Amino acid sequence: MILPIVRTALLALRRDRAAFALSFVLPIAFFSIFAAIFGSHRDTVPSIKVIVVDRDQSAASRQLVSALEREGSLKVYTHSAPKTNEPPPADYTAATAEEEVKSGNVSVALIIPHGFGDHPISFRPQSDSSDSSQPVPAIELLNDASDTIAPQMVAGLLQKTAMTAMPSVMAEEGMKLSGENLGGFTPDQQKRINDMLAKIRQHQNDPAAAQNAPSGFSGGIIAVKNRAVVGENKNNPMVSFYAAGIGVMFLLFTASGAAGALLDEAESGALDRVLSSRVTMTSLLAGKLVYNTLLAFTQLTVMFLWAWAVFKLDLFTPWHVAGFLVMGLSSALAVASFGLLLASICRTRAQLGALSTLVILMMSSIGGSMFPRFLMSESMQKAGLFTINAWAIDGFTKVFWRDLPVSELWPQVGVLLGIAIALFLIARRIARRWEYA
Amino acid sequence: MSSPVAAIPSLPPSSPPPLPLHVDALVKRFGQITAVDGITFELRAGECLGLLGPNGAGKSTLIRAIVGRVIPDAGRAEVFGSPAASSAARALLGWVPQELALYPRLSASENLQAFGRYYGLSGKRLEHAVLWCLRWAALEDRAGELVRNLSGGMKRRLNMAAGLIHQPKLVLMDEPTVGVDPQSRNRIFEMIETLRDQGATIIYTTHYMEEAERLCDRVAIVDHGRIIALDTNEALVRGAFGSSSQVLARFDGAPETLAAWVAERKGRLVGTTAEFTIDHPTQIAGLLESASAAGLELVDVSLRRPNLESVFLHLTGRELRD
Repeated sequence: MILPIVRTALLALRRDRAAFALSFVLPIAFFSIFAAIFGSHRDTVPSIKVIVVDRDQSAASRQLVSALEREGSLKVYTHSAPKTNEPPPADYTAATAEEEVKSGNVSVALIIPHGFGDHPISFRPQSDSSDSSQPVPAIELLNDASDTIAPQMVAGLLQKTAMTAMPSVMAEEGMKLSGENLGGFTPDQQKRINDMLAKIRQHQNDPAAAQNAPSGFSGGIIAVKNRAVVGENKNNPMVSFYAAGIGVMFLLFTASGAAGALLDEAESGALDRVLSSRVTMTSLLAGKLVYNTLLAFTQLTVMFLWAWAVFKLDLFTPWHVAGFLVMGLSSALAVASFGLLLASICRTRAQLGALSTLVILMMSSIGGSMFPRFLMSESMQKAGLFTINAWAIDGFTKVFWRDLPVSELWPQVGVLLGIAIALFLIARRIARRWEYA
Repeated sequence: MSSPVAAIPSLPPSSPPPLPLHVDALVKRFGQITAVDGITFELRAGECLGLLGPNGAGKSTLIRAIVGRVIPDAGRAEVFGSPAASSAARALLGWVPQELALYPRLSASENLQAFGRYYGLSGKRLEHAVLWCLRWAALEDRAGELVRNLSGGMKRRLNMAAGLIHQPKLVLMDEPTVGVDPQSRNRIFEMIETLRDQGATIIYTTHYMEEAERLCDRVAIVDHGRIIALDTNEALVRGAFGSSSQVLARFDGAPETLAAWVAERKGRLVGTTAEFTIDHPTQIAGLLESASAAGLELVDVSLRRPNLESVFLHLTGRELRD
């Protein structure tokens, strides 16, 4: 009796060809997305955008900047992109670089201080007593605390760029060469060189030396001081990101499920009856849109309240509440329109289930709901801009992470409202199939 | 020169009130299939017109065209003088679809309220309309029950009530008794009769001859998208059969022999029953003698006045439930 049951189930599946096809498309699509994000050999490591401000303008600092520019893993900017018919833009300053990090345009900024060229390494020989009381000029690494990867990568690459081999070996070899070429050192000179090399080795081999470095300083040849310019005082750096990311993903599922009521009503005949009354298709869809928007917004509100109560999300400040309202409503409206579009495309609930799973998980993975977009390659980051998730998450991040005012949300709000209007109009056009026979 | 004097316009003769429904040469095709094939008819105020025909005859498509849910390929339908699908027509029409077009997760009264609001009712008007509908459908004691928990008959009655929530002047009922037990069907008949007694104008589609006979003033017999006869029940029977009666007889015997004998006597074989039209009951004896002579053994015999089923069979050569 098992075979007839299998046969019946297969027949039913075959009758809904779209759902049948999607059941095969879904795993392939997901495999492809994840392979594209994590598996591509050509584009695995994303280039990190770094602003470099060379305040020193010494030969050493220029050399360092050039070396950083040659690093394939970094995208180094010393000034903003030039615009046509306008004078070339001025180089970034420490202040403008910090603003760029704060606004999320770059992951990291490096500020090379005055005097760096005089003492490029992070430690100096004891004999250099004249300067021993002066702090070593450290490169300042400005970062966003939500991105824990980029600063570490940049710091590492900075050291690598400055000196790719062990410094003591390099110094010793350099001294030997110097001695040979100069015809040898005097005993006094040789003693001082040996003392200095001993200091370098001691520094190299003593982990405590690095640990005892002042807070914010990273151990290495070049002194680097990390400073988080965004999120340094946040209770829980990633909560707002995940509240937005996961929230929007489930909003999309909720919206498509709620919009699926249209299919139920069409199937039961209730839709026909409604449309035979004074209700037009436009007003019906508008009603559904309002309902689905309110539903999605309520869901988002509950999620953020939970994040506030349990994970200490800083929700109740005037700017945050205002930003949440603006971003919440914009996101909810966009996902509600998206749900209506999916429902209008599909013929059956099974089709809607398969299609919405496919599209929503695709959008969520590319759009940053599952993992931050800054971890993705540049091409995937650009692809993410075609998703509701990315714009919603960017907006919520601006509010809760970067503490930007509501006026700064216009790009995200504009895009989300544009998406909402466009998807609603498309859904309305497709819904003509229900209007008349 | 005398100044011109404006002529007093003559008053137009008072025009009769528009008919509840006027359908003119309506055609609707779905691909290669012509579901409605040039149907024309009128409905008078206070009349109950039955659309009688087998499944797939085009009744529902015709109704949906009148309601405005189907755009005809040709012809037109007017409701109280307004084109079908216009706002004015929608307000005057009440449609009871064949499907249970209800919200299963809402209660009976919530469903009525929802559809009432869709027709623009609110406040006391809506409240009264809901109460009237619940009373009419005998669902007052189940008003708060979720639709999915109601019995099949109750759902059918609520489905009808939802079509009347805005108190329309013309009611279109599309096979409202589909799938209900005889007891519930009787309850539905009583509801429709109440409505008729209150002067409602009704179109009632069915493929049950008994329903058309009981409820309808006139009956339109629909087949293959056309109205093949339209008149009162009696006039249809008289037109098809005059004063004739029908003899229905069942015999034991070889099927070939039975078929040959029925053909010879110009009768009709429906299953295993031989059917003959006779002008006088005395002709029965002659028929039975002839059957006996042909080697057929009589099982039972009955005499009946022709009905709408007979008319349909007579006109189309098929039974209503084919």
